[in-house]
Amino acid sequence: MDKHLRLSGQVGAIALAIVAIAIVPSVIELFALMQLTLFAAMAVLALSLAFIWGFGGILSFGQTAFFGLGGYAYAIAAINFQDSTPAILVAIAVPATFAAILGYFIFFGRISDVYLGVITLTVTLILFNSVNSTSGDAYKIGKALLGGFNGMPAVPTFNMPFDPSTVLSPEQSWWTTAGVLLAAFLMLRLLLALPAGRIIVAVRENEVRASLLGYDPRLVKCLTFILGGAIAGLAGALYVNWGAFVSPTIFSLSLSAEIIIWITVGGLGTLLGPIIGCVVIEYIVAYIGSQQLLNSNLVLGGVLVIFVLLLPKGMVPTARDLVMRLMPASKPKANGPPVQSAAAPHPAGAE
Amino acid sequence: MAIYVILALDVLNGISSLFLLCLGLAIIFGMMKIINLAHGEFIMLGAYATVISANAGVNIWIAMLIIAPLFVGIVGLVIERCLIRFLYGRLVDSMLATWGLSLLIIGIITTIYGNTQQGVPTPLGGFSIGSYQSSYYTLFLALMAAVMMAIIYGVMRYTRFGLVARATMQNPAMAATLGVNPARVYMSTFALGAAVTGLAGGLLAPVSGITPVMGGAYVAKAFMTVVGGGAAILSGTLSAASLFGSVNQIGAYFTTPVYGEVIVFTTAIVLIRLLPQGISGRFFKGNL
Repeated sequence: MDKHLRLSGQVGAIALAIVAIAIVPSVIELFALMQLTLFAAMAVLALSLAFIWGFGGILSFGQTAFFGLGGYAYAIAAINFQDSTPAILVAIAVPATFAAILGYFIFFGRISDVYLGVITLTVTLILFNSVNSTSGDAYKIGKALLGGFNGMPAVPTFNMPFDPSTVLSPEQSWWTTAGVLLAAFLMLRLLLALPAGRIIVAVRENEVRASLLGYDPRLVKCLTFILGGAIAGLAGALYVNWGAFVSPTIFSLSLSAEIIIWITVGGLGTLLGPIIGCVVIEYIVAYIGSQQLLNSNLVLGGVLVIFVLLLPKGMVPTARDLVMRLMPASKPKANGPPVQSAAAPHPAGAE
Repeated sequence: MAIYVILALDVLNGISSLFLLCLGLAIIFGMMKIINLAHGEFIMLGAYATVISANAGVNIWIAMLIIAPLFVGIVGLVIERCLIRFLYGRLVDSMLATWGLSLLIIGIITTIYGNTQQGVPTPLGGFSIGSYQSSYYTLFLALMAAVMMAIIYGVMRYTRFGLVARATMQNPAMAATLGVNPARVYMSTFALGAAVTGLAGGLLAPVSGITPVMGGAYVAKAFMTVVGGGAAILSGTLSAASLFGSVNQIGAYFTTPVYGEVIVFTTAIVLIRLLPQGISGRFFKGNL
């Protein structure tokens, strides 16, 4: 009974999200739609770190490395192919490969948390410095000029699959971006409900115990990292599609910091929280940028410090705990044998 | 021939500035296992304290050697009391909170002084070797690095404070039963680390462009040097700073400064992979 209720609730929420995505362009004006498209692209990036940090237990300080690689890979491929369909695949494949190499290096070397932070941070800086210094005609991949500090302008945006002549309109771009966000969210939720997802969470909870049960934590973490890199790369392609432009600032440390702030604010260990955190924080940053009173670093830094000290769980888990406390009737343990409840779709840490 | 002397001076300069930049972070990380990601901003505050007091007419040496460490030390004390003391033993949270703190400090300084570059003239003159120019200030930085090393070694090894601090870091519960107040030790260690960082900021103020975001250029370097050096404060930092400082300068000499940085970052990653406990975890176990 309770299970059916929950299932129908989830289906209803998905249907509601699809309807909302479909009708948004007819409700709001173009500028707001463009802004929402950007937020959706950023939210995909938030999802990628939310997954590897919140469920895999891997705190990467350089998720922008994959985001930036995805963006650049998309731009270079799109300029060369003049068709976005294969370019999007390249934008997923390149960061995933890079994550595989880096992940092999990190996880199979059994490097601990702090060192993981240093390595991801330095890799991002290496990419930033290298790409920054690629100005001049010498740095050319196929037809694409890398442009160094100035970035690459006039990158072809998304077109209809295998039909380069039909470029997507802003509305269609929004549907694509928001659709990818929804699809990535659902895919990750599904993965986490499957045995594979349980193993990922088990490794986060206790690596030794997971390996005693016969799983290889190094491999599990590495695969989690690769999936996160692939999603971040896709987010990079969506971002470049939004602005038709890519520059080395895509690798910047301030963006890395922002992703971590989205997740801390929204709620670590959830998938919905980081999306909400991303939209709220990006909206605030955009609003601050439009007026002179406050500095955005000041606000972001203050928000992060306050959340770490006072609300370390983030918004979504805190709100969920409040709702749970107000509804004493719902007891998930009451139905089914204990094995069932251990495999219920809401384990500790999931939203 | 002269070019090699200049290159050697550059290497010396790279090592000594890296050592000065990292020492404060190494004290805080090595003794308290807190990663202070606002380290770059402590450097920036030291540089600002120097520039502003020097431009207000204070003697540059006093501004650099006294005002900068004093000011940043006090800032560090306040930050430890208001923020860090809630985060001991929570490594990831302390990283997040100090990252937030770094943004906050950047925001405050930008709001007060604007996003413009400041500077002070470099004291001491230059000298020439063959057809190349160098400055006495380079030698002064190396001297200061040696002096700082001697002071920290002396304090940690031979004073009562150093003994109590090392005992607390090894086993806080045991130290507490012997009548030491660990909270006070942590507080003073953090303030000491901040003051040393402020001094580094002050010393580097004349040779770097001073903007609110200058800390970002240092924090990754300092972070990787401290982690690459391992837990031993002096031997670890000195060995890692020597390695990375010389790799950086020599790489920059043969390629470009940008690739010099890329080479040094790559070296750091390989080093961490080969020696996960840092250089001192392998070669100078148990040293200070």
